[in-house]
Amino acid sequence: MKSFFILFLLIFVLTSLAQFFLPWWVVLPLCLGLAAWRGGSAGAAFGAGLLGVACSWWLPAAWLSLNGAGLLASRVAALLPLGGNSWLLVLLSGLLAGLVGGLAALAGAWLKVR
Amino acid sequence: MLRWLKPTLALLVAVVLAWVLNTPQGQVPPLGRLLSPYSGFWQNGETAADFPAQQTLRLPGLHQTVRVRFDDRRVPHIFADNDHDLYYAQGYLTARDRLWQMEFMTRVAAGRISEVVGERALEYDRFQRRMGLPFGAENSLREMLKNDTTRLVLESYAAGVNAYISQLTPKTYPFEYKLLDYAPEPWAPIKSALLLKLMAWDLSGRSDDLRLSNILGKYGPEVTRDLFPNFPFRADPVVPDGAPLDFQPLPVPPASPVPFAAAVSGLVPSREPDAELGSNNFALAGSRTASGRPLLANDPHLQLNLPSIWYQVQLHGPTQNVYGVTIPGAPAVIIGFNQDVAWGVTNVGGDVLDWYQLKFKDASRREYWHAGRWKPVRRVVERIAVRGRPDRLDTVLYTHHGPVVYDQNEPVFNQQTPVRHALRWTAHEAAGANEVLAFVKLNHARNYQDYNRALRTYASPAQNFIFASRTGDVAIRPNGRFPLKYAEQGKFILDGSDPKQDWQGWIPMSQTPRVLNPARGYVSSANQHSAGPGYPYYLGWDYAPWDRAHRINEQLAHMRRATADTLRVLQNDDLGLNAQLMLPWMLFTLEGTKESSDCYSYPPPHSPVSAAMRVLARWKFHYTADAVGATIFELWYQQLTKALWEDNFGKQATGLEMRYPSRDRTNQLLLYQSGDYSDCFKKASFWVDDRRTAQRETVHDLLTTSLQFAMDSLTRKFGPLGPKWAWAHQKSTDINHLAQLPGFGHQDVWSGGSPGSVNATGARNGPSWRMVVDLSTPVRAYGIFPGGQSGNPASRYYDDMLESWRTGQLDELVFLQAADENHPRLQAAWRLEK
Repeated sequence: MKSFFILFLLIFVLTSLAQFFLPWWVVLPLCLGLAAWRGGSAGAAFGAGLLGVACSWWLPAAWLSLNGAGLLASRVAALLPLGGNSWLLVLLSGLLAGLVGGLAALAGAWLKVR
Repeated sequence: MLRWLKPTLALLVAVVLAWVLNTPQGQVPPLGRLLSPYSGFWQNGETAADFPAQQTLRLPGLHQTVRVRFDDRRVPHIFADNDHDLYYAQGYLTARDRLWQMEFMTRVAAGRISEVVGERALEYDRFQRRMGLPFGAENSLREMLKNDTTRLVLESYAAGVNAYISQLTPKTYPFEYKLLDYAPEPWAPIKSALLLKLMAWDLSGRSDDLRLSNILGKYGPEVTRDLFPNFPFRADPVVPDGAPLDFQPLPVPPASPVPFAAAVSGLVPSREPDAELGSNNFALAGSRTASGRPLLANDPHLQLNLPSIWYQVQLHGPTQNVYGVTIPGAPAVIIGFNQDVAWGVTNVGGDVLDWYQLKFKDASRREYWHAGRWKPVRRVVERIAVRGRPDRLDTVLYTHHGPVVYDQNEPVFNQQTPVRHALRWTAHEAAGANEVLAFVKLNHARNYQDYNRALRTYASPAQNFIFASRTGDVAIRPNGRFPLKYAEQGKFILDGSDPKQDWQGWIPMSQTPRVLNPARGYVSSANQHSAGPGYPYYLGWDYAPWDRAHRINEQLAHMRRATADTLRVLQNDDLGLNAQLMLPWMLFTLEGTKESSDCYSYPPPHSPVSAAMRVLARWKFHYTADAVGATIFELWYQQLTKALWEDNFGKQATGLEMRYPSRDRTNQLLLYQSGDYSDCFKKASFWVDDRRTAQRETVHDLLTTSLQFAMDSLTRKFGPLGPKWAWAHQKSTDINHLAQLPGFGHQDVWSGGSPGSVNATGARNGPSWRMVVDLSTPVRAYGIFPGGQSGNPASRYYDDMLESWRTGQLDELVFLQAADENHPRLQAAWRLEK
């Protein structure tokens, strides 16, 4: 459990910082590397990657949604189409990125297992 | 070995997923990039902090400091000490609000949409280029760059736009760039020229020459003259006959003695053009106003889109202080006012676009026959960049008439375009023309003489320029380049080999129709005929119906002590003159009297038809949002017209591309030539009978079946007759995003009006800017458009004016005299410094 939390925190903090300067898909090598370094069970790595990266999107997306981007988010949510629900869009955005992070972390954890 | 299998698989899935999310998939945007809160659309939000009340922006290339005040509608009021900085700031601030729109529209004009959206826009792009929009824009730009004023204006504006573009990063690109996944490119004066050509295309790019030629070929000159007359039965021209000519008309070139029968063309129709673009403008002399000074109003009817087609601005420079609307991407004010004068425009329906049938020497199409010899064809290769595909090359043939829009047997994109014909169009011709100069001079105008001088270089698209000044002048003139034609030249396809059928020059501007301070105390236009039958030149035959113009004139004639609000009310007038004219006759004929009972009987009392008749009898011809009568009448009349003409002019019935006679001619035939029930319609016109059936139909049959049809289809659409049949539901005014993005527009806006009313709000078109100017001292002006100043769909200023527009209100426009003036509606003061 503890290793899950450490990996989750590492992924969340480092991917958040990295995405300020690098394209969003930098989460992939980061999760892969971090999970391979820290190891742990496959399930924990996948969960930490998924939630860590998802949080790196959920928090800023939710904050921006409350600060100026809410109207646009609901328009985009109408376009996609998600019925104009901006919070559903926040949720799904994070899960999409989280899936990439989770799979990359899974690959990393499997690489570490000898 | 197996040890690597699982991680490799997981990694592979992750990489593929990341790749898919980072790349556009068909029409799906690159979701990963679009949805990332670090660089995606979330970054396009707008908070109060994004628009500080005070700030200084450093912009390279400015000569001096520019001060900008913003009012509560976010209209920039620009104060510059030199013209370069003034137009630079206009370009910068317009781009700040509308960059994607202005760039996208230039791509629409230039035929460069495939570059953004891929192959599906290829046919569209080819068509734009073959119509010669970029060709016309280049010709026009050459002229504009020759002139010192317009070169400065266009280049400064471009520098301002580029100053904004250079500040952007992928993270700060306007939303639509992220959605469509491309980047803005540098601005250049050619783009402003392209936008003006796009306007010319929208307003003068339609023609029925092919249809009329087919009609002439099928029915002969007598029927054609009868059903498609050069002057309507009911008319209320912009410049009525009356005043004696103050010029000696030029001799009109003689019609060609060689008869020409154009090849009948049987093109399969693909889409109908939207004929409802129009506009109103009107001005009252001081004798009719409360202030004793003129009032002027204008509302151009264009397609209603978001971001809005217009952008408001005030330009205060060393030699001008002007306020009005601009086309994002083009410098100067198009419709507006300054402290001395106001002006506005409506479209002129004159025939400035003709088709010439060509005779090529052989299939290689390198030479064409003209004036008794073979002349070389100029071949221009268009290179169309297509996203995700190799460039497409397209060869366009140019003759001295103009481009051959289609030169091969292939699906024709626009059904108006005949195959193997060259296009002659005023929008291609630039010698001596400079529209930007005309607008810059209008912006500076102080009196009637200035207005006249300003219009000299205005060529295309021809507009009814209305004018009023604080000193009391009101004037109007249909202005633009009009070819000097013999009667009916270009009403039909012309013979491209006969030099006598070429355009022979231009009507001098001193001889185009115009009126200054008429005795009736007002001037107006609503796209109707430019001049009365006494005018010595042939300008065209197919103008908008007289309805709006006549209603406007009728109202203006009654006005005494009018104020700006009186004109606002007229702009919102929703009376339908066509209904007022036709419905009483339609109901009377349908219902019949005792004398008609030998011929036909009264509709059964509980039938849908009699229910409809009761609703219609109570309707007072006003197209209010909740009017059920309007819904029934419109569909009934439309079906009646179809029942009358479809058998003889419809393509299914005849196999030919033709058109119906005008509404004016239709009404004349229905009212006076459809027979009389006293003899059971024995003397009805030949056209009433449906040739497709064995029995002989009377106009009563047409009225009955078309009303039954209307009631059936409305019942299917809305359920039983009731409030759901409200006109606003049937009309369904939609204001859509330019890229037709669901969620980014407003559907089914609850509003009154109709294409035939002064408030010409239709399904997609309508008053795109309503302005009223009171030329007392100081000048007070009012205006609104159905959208907002910002093009950012995240902004509350994207559509903040829509509600006022919908309810027919106008904002008072904040017209400042100095940069440091106090005004309660001012919200921000910025400085632009070098």
